[in-house]
Amino acid sequence: MSAKKTEYKAVARKDLTYRAWIWKEMKRNWVAYLMILPYVLIFTVFTVAPVVLSIFISFTDFNMLQTPNIVWLENYINLFFADDIFLIAVKNTFIFAVIVGPVSYLMSFLVAWFINELSPRIRAIVTLIFYAPSISGQVYLIWGTLFSADAYGWVNATLLELGFIDTPIAFFQDADYVMPLCIVVALWTSLGTAFLSFIAGLQGIDRAQYEAGAVDGVKNRWQELWYITLPNMRPQLMFGAIMAITGSFGFGGVVTGLCGFPSVDYAAHTIIHHLEDYGSQRYEIGYSSAIAVVLFTIMIASNTVVKKMLSKVGN
Amino acid sequence: MAKLRTRKHKVVLSRSAGGDAGITVMLTILGLFMVLPMVYVIMQAFKPLDELWMYPPRFYVMRPTWSNFRDLFTLMNTSWVPFSRYIFNTLFTSVMGTFGHLFIASMCAYALAKIKFPGHKWIFKTIQTSLMFHSTVTAVTSFILMSAFHMIDTYLAIIIPAWGYTLGLYLMKQFMDTNVSDAVLESARLDGASELRTYWVIAMPMVKPAWLTLIIYSFQTLWNAGSSIYIYSEQLKSFNYAIGQITAGGIKRAGASAAATVLMMMVPILVFVISQSNIIETMGSSGMKD
Repeated sequence: MSAKKTEYKAVARKDLTYRAWIWKEMKRNWVAYLMILPYVLIFTVFTVAPVVLSIFISFTDFNMLQTPNIVWLENYINLFFADDIFLIAVKNTFIFAVIVGPVSYLMSFLVAWFINELSPRIRAIVTLIFYAPSISGQVYLIWGTLFSADAYGWVNATLLELGFIDTPIAFFQDADYVMPLCIVVALWTSLGTAFLSFIAGLQGIDRAQYEAGAVDGVKNRWQELWYITLPNMRPQLMFGAIMAITGSFGFGGVVTGLCGFPSVDYAAHTIIHHLEDYGSQRYEIGYSSAIAVVLFTIMIASNTVVKKMLSKVGN
Repeated sequence: MAKLRTRKHKVVLSRSAGGDAGITVMLTILGLFMVLPMVYVIMQAFKPLDELWMYPPRFYVMRPTWSNFRDLFTLMNTSWVPFSRYIFNTLFTSVMGTFGHLFIASMCAYALAKIKFPGHKWIFKTIQTSLMFHSTVTAVTSFILMSAFHMIDTYLAIIIPAWGYTLGLYLMKQFMDTNVSDAVLESARLDGASELRTYWVIAMPMVKPAWLTLIIYSFQTLWNAGSSIYIYSEQLKSFNYAIGQITAGGIKRAGASAAATVLMMMVPILVFVISQSNIIETMGSSGMKD
């Protein structure tokens, strides 16, 4: 069948120019374009257009009320040279991302790997335990109760009891504690799609490969992991990395939920918060678009770099 | 050649006791970290008022009671906009958003995976790239576009963007790549079935786990949606937002808010428990090739 198809194409290309051939193929497959049309239309309007529009608006002083003027790079210059809070936000975002991204990635993989050889029933239960926090919406607010600022908070009470502290610590209002705690909570909610993808990927590796490995002299589970499991998992590792990176740059809800907005001394202020502040509260759309473009660039760049690095694994 | 142990004609892979122990310890520690806050939420929800404000606080509940849930329902009944309205809003947007997404995204996924039309590669690449950035990046400009379409403060502002979720399309396309055989489709086409018919009658029944996953992902996102910058009117806001208002009521409502959190989290968790094996099956093909 496929041989016949290529033959047909080869003939068609001889008497047609490449462009004419593409046109012919497009006409032949017109139903396909009809089928993708609804999705592609919505995708274009709500994903592509906003990105392109942000780039344009970021060069203006648009504020939803007055006619916008073109200000060229003024927004970007203000961001990086005049807006101290933005620089704090950039620093915090990177601290969050550099810790939460890799740690959640590693945790997802290790847990998936740990439970891989358990019986299906137990594996399902453990999967649920680790996955549940990421799908339970606002349940992370319980950390606010556990670490509540008065002696009724379980953590404060325990520390008081044990004599480590004399007065309760206002964990989520104290610039020293806000960042580490938010990182812990973010990690707690971070075993999501990547985790499930790893579980499925590990389950999908044929046992015969491990047996063959054993015959060839693989001695223990660590060698198995290195020589058989990881090379087989490359597609999932790639997908998981993208999920982890995008998630770690994009979380801000946890901070707002636990520390309020803005967080004390901007201690956990991230680019997302800065964006929300200027975009949905002050309506300085031009300025907030510049913030969005910076964040967009950071996300795409880190994903691309990590993808490049991962594609070298096992090559 | 290495000496191999076998049991029932199968090679026994070498597993050291030390490794087993280490893994068990690590898994237990991480598991406790994950599960204890969840347990604490449930404990809080069943604590009577005097236990919630007991000093020193106890982790476990001593005299469990339903009174927090009763308080929650009383609070719901006294709210300005009837609570049934919030529930309707969330259910309506979840159902409409999810089914539209399922239909539109799977149709597109089918064409991208199974019809080799000019441009299918770069269209998928573009869609895949959008997995690399978070939707908050586009929130503000989406707002401008939506106000141009007069979608602000209507259900459409929640429903229509949900139809375009990327992850659902991505998972569906990857799953179709590996689980729908070209030979079967080809024979259907030779029998004269149109592409639309082949998609609906042949391909869709073969990817049940994927569309279940799509439904669950989209439903979870919409169910957990809180206040949206696209909605002002109180009577159009979501259930989650309304629950959040109760939670924000402070000390007096600590019990009711714990009860509300438990109710809210039960739904996605139960849905996941029921569909776990299907989701894992779908994730089997989630990998990214390059």
